[in-house]
Amino acid sequence: MQPDVVVMGAGIIGAACAQALRARGLRVVVLDRHGPASGTSAAGEGNVLVSDKEPGPELELARASRDLWPELAEDAEWEEKGGLVVATTPEAVVPLQTFAAKQRAAGIDACEITTADALTCEPHLSPDITAAVHYLQDAQLNPVKATRALLRGIEVRRTEVSTTDGRGVTTPDGVISCGAVVNATGPWARNFGVNVLPRRGVVLVTTPIPGTIRHKVYDADYVGAVASGDADLQTSGVVESTQAGTVLIGSSRQRKGFDDTIESRVLKALALKAIALFPMLTNVPVMRAYGGFRPYAPDHLPIIGEDPRTPGLWHATGHEGAGVGLAPATGRLLAQLLTGETPLVDPHPFRVDRPEVMV
Amino acid sequence: MRVVVVGAGPAGMAAARTAADAGAEVVMVDSEPDAGGQYLRGRARFSHTGVTHLRNTEVWMVEGNTLHLRGPSDRRGESRENEAPSAVAAAPCAATATPSAAAATPSAVAATPSAVPATPSAVPATPSAVTATPSAAAATPSAVPANPRLLHFDALVVATGAYDRPLPFPGWDGPGVITAGAAQALAKQGVTLAERVIVAGTGPFLLPVATALQDLGATLVGVYEASSPTRWLREAKAITANRHKIGELAGYRKVLPRLETRTAVIAKHGDRVTVAKLDSQWRPVSHRTVQADLVCIGYGFLPRTDLLPDASRTDDFYDVDEHQRTSIEHVYAAGEVTGIGGADLAEAEGVIAGAAAAGQEPPRKAVEAVRKGRLFAQALARAHAVQPGWRTWPAPDTTVCRCEKVRLEDLADASSMRELKLTSRVAMGRCQGRICARNAAELTGVPFDGQRRVIAVPIPLGELAALPEEK
Ligand SMILES: Cc1cc2nc3c(=O)[nH]c(=O)nc-3n(C[C@H](O)[C@H](O)[C@H](O)COP(=O)(O)OP(=O)(O)OC[C@H]3O[C@@H](n4cnc5c(N)ncnc54)[C@H](O)[C@@H]3O)c2cc1C
Ligand SMILES: Cc1cc2nc3c(=O)[nH]c(=O)nc-3n(C[C@H](O)[C@H](O)[C@H](O)COP(=O)(O)OP(=O)(O)OC[C@H]3O[C@@H](n4cnc5c(N)ncnc54)[C@H](O)[C@@H]3O)c2cc1C
Repeated sequence: MQPDVVVMGAGIIGAACAQALRARGLRVVVLDRHGPASGTSAAGEGNVLVSDKEPGPELELARASRDLWPELAEDAEWEEKGGLVVATTPEAVVPLQTFAAKQRAAGIDACEITTADALTCEPHLSPDITAAVHYLQDAQLNPVKATRALLRGIEVRRTEVSTTDGRGVTTPDGVISCGAVVNATGPWARNFGVNVLPRRGVVLVTTPIPGTIRHKVYDADYVGAVASGDADLQTSGVVESTQAGTVLIGSSRQRKGFDDTIESRVLKALALKAIALFPMLTNVPVMRAYGGFRPYAPDHLPIIGEDPRTPGLWHATGHEGAGVGLAPATGRLLAQLLTGETPLVDPHPFRVDRPEVMV
Repeated sequence: MRVVVVGAGPAGMAAARTAADAGAEVVMVDSEPDAGGQYLRGRARFSHTGVTHLRNTEVWMVEGNTLHLRGPSDRRGESRENEAPSAVAAAPCAATATPSAAAATPSAVAATPSAVPATPSAVPATPSAVTATPSAAAATPSAVPANPRLLHFDALVVATGAYDRPLPFPGWDGPGVITAGAAQALAKQGVTLAERVIVAGTGPFLLPVATALQDLGATLVGVYEASSPTRWLREAKAITANRHKIGELAGYRKVLPRLETRTAVIAKHGDRVTVAKLDSQWRPVSHRTVQADLVCIGYGFLPRTDLLPDASRTDDFYDVDEHQRTSIEHVYAAGEVTGIGGADLAEAEGVIAGAAAAGQEPPRKAVEAVRKGRLFAQALARAHAVQPGWRTWPAPDTTVCRCEKVRLEDLADASSMRELKLTSRVAMGRCQGRICARNAAELTGVPFDGQRRVIAVPIPLGELAALPEEK
């Protein structure tokens, strides 16, 4: 039987789209050349964040997603751990507080707390911090398990798509005809006509130290690095534990194509920033470093919608460093647009027909 | 020109000597206090004009034409806790026979209280080990400082050897089970491991281990070889080319009466050890119980190929050409990182790699020795290949990954190694899958891919933060 929709890519975005389409009664087949969560989604730290987004369309998508995740993230180590954003210099205090105030105005739970209170909730935090904001909505999950949870009951085939015309896809095993095609190929989405490029990120993983770090803790300069379009290396301190007790340390951003060599200067910069937040990490060994490629659009907004040039071809990609957090609302929005339902957020900012996106 | 050799086993020592004799400035780096590697440690007195030997120094990353090193003074402040992995058989550093780690590991301790006292060599940084050997230093007024953190090379020879591979069975992660390599290392230090010992696994290297243990006064309960000796009857060509190997067997005649083939340890509870007779696929066909305090296991070897994550590999061993060149420019590999064939093959490969790295044609004699040695190595790989029936040994609750305590029943369906790791946490712990990834792949049917590990040894964040800035 011919599927209604073929989803290309079994990352967290493809999985969320497939789940939402299936929930609307459509027959869905997901194709991935390396299997579920084999690309960027396995490299992510699994944060579901509202704290790092300025008021605007992406924050709206993030809030909608945050509400949907808990019931979808069954068996995916979902944890409502909260985020703690700290300033580490006197100059950074006012920008952080201004940013948090804007978010509060947009309905985000952003509580300014004293540095003493911050040290109470994170006892190993550096006493030199200058300001802190506690974000109650920030959460974390295991992105590979979450991808699998979303794909439950959905057929996933391991094959590579070479081309699509919106009415079918060509694979080495032949052509699969269908009603519509979703391009959820993450950093590789450019192969199917949208301007998505890879932005490199590296994460350090320490040996387990359970219970030492409780929240996702990051330096307020992270927001600047996320929004920047600079190709050069940018790093900021982002520190958190996983349920296994290991500590994940990010974050770096660099544009260098799909080059996956890991440079010692990146390791050094990440280590310095992490120690600035948590001096006790100095003696904790790093046992692994790995990297991934965030799929970004030049204007830093996800791409969700039908391609006006190729009817039947839909895109759901360009989520950059927030695809895990944005997945459920992306899937739902795409499915609503495809089936003609009223969308849960305004789809206009995410349309394909943007000057920087069409290639 | 500077040739850097990583590893001071038979392959690395040969590469270093040959490159130095060819006129190169040579630096040989090894994480151990003494040269010799897995097999010759303690017996090799290495000193060679033109070679600076950096002892107690780990290479943790290769970046372009620079090595990142950790010397003894970097490790000085490190607590034991950080250094010793939790369990012997799972611990790569025990398997590579570092005396310090092996002596510090709990199950060796549990096996016999007599294994506890640390010998002087177990002290991490002896003062004399901090600098290059005086003789070597005198011979070469080399530009290498005593404890460099960065080392540039014009050509690199990677000769980092291999770990022995354990196969999981109920009780393998408990006290009194260690790898054959760890046992051999302890035996070399003269540590009495236990009263009643078993050596089990596959391959000719079980015999020297058993011999060393027996020479120390242990009662050898048995040497159990899982494969059938008749497999060697098909390897006439390899045997004729390597007749001297038969001669070596004579050295182990004292343990041969204890050798049983098609036999394996498939469970250990306290001192009760279940020993099974196997069919040709290594499925148990009958079993009996024997008593032993210590079981030493080794089912072939897993190469230590972390340093070159981008080099082309087959079955995790580096691919090399007839000059021991890897797929990476100016980088050569020799010894067990390219295949398992014994110390003499490793040495011959080292000679070729050292010559080639220094820009010379390799000596004919070494080329011939490698040709013959590889015949043996290939025969060895066939005759002692791990057979799929071992997968019936572990029970659902048997630990597969010791670092993360992942049991067989925790391994979920997955289509890739990465998915398997992230859903079950297998291979995500301290050993980073060096020991368990291959076993987990075979148990689940997930294709085993050479693991990409960027950091070859765990390294404290403070050291990363203090990395020297490159100009
Ligand atoms: C270091 C790092 C940390 C991150 N941390 C976070 C975080 O904490 N929170 C967060 O929300 N986000 C985070 N992200 C971002 C997040 O990981 C991505 O936004 C998200 O994974 C993108 O998902 P995706 O499904 O679009 O892409 P992918 O997961 O890359 O999926 C695309 C899939 O398409 C397949 N594919 C590609 N081409 C083809 C083809 N031709 N045929 C068939 N299949 C194909 C690929 O095999 C792949 O599986 C992080 C990213 C990085 C790199
Ligand atoms: C239990 C056992 C018994 C054996 N018995 C015999 C026998 O009887 N006859 C025989 O011919 N062969 C025997 N062998 C095989 C023999 O040990 C090997 O053939 C030989 O040691 C391989 O030499 P190599 O130079 O390749 O590696 P190795 O001897 O393993 O040397 C590698 C060296 O590299 C160092 N190293 C690794 N990584 C790093 C790093 N990142 N930084 C710094 N240093 C590093 C290690 O510390 C080690 O010293 C036996 C092996 C084992 C395990």
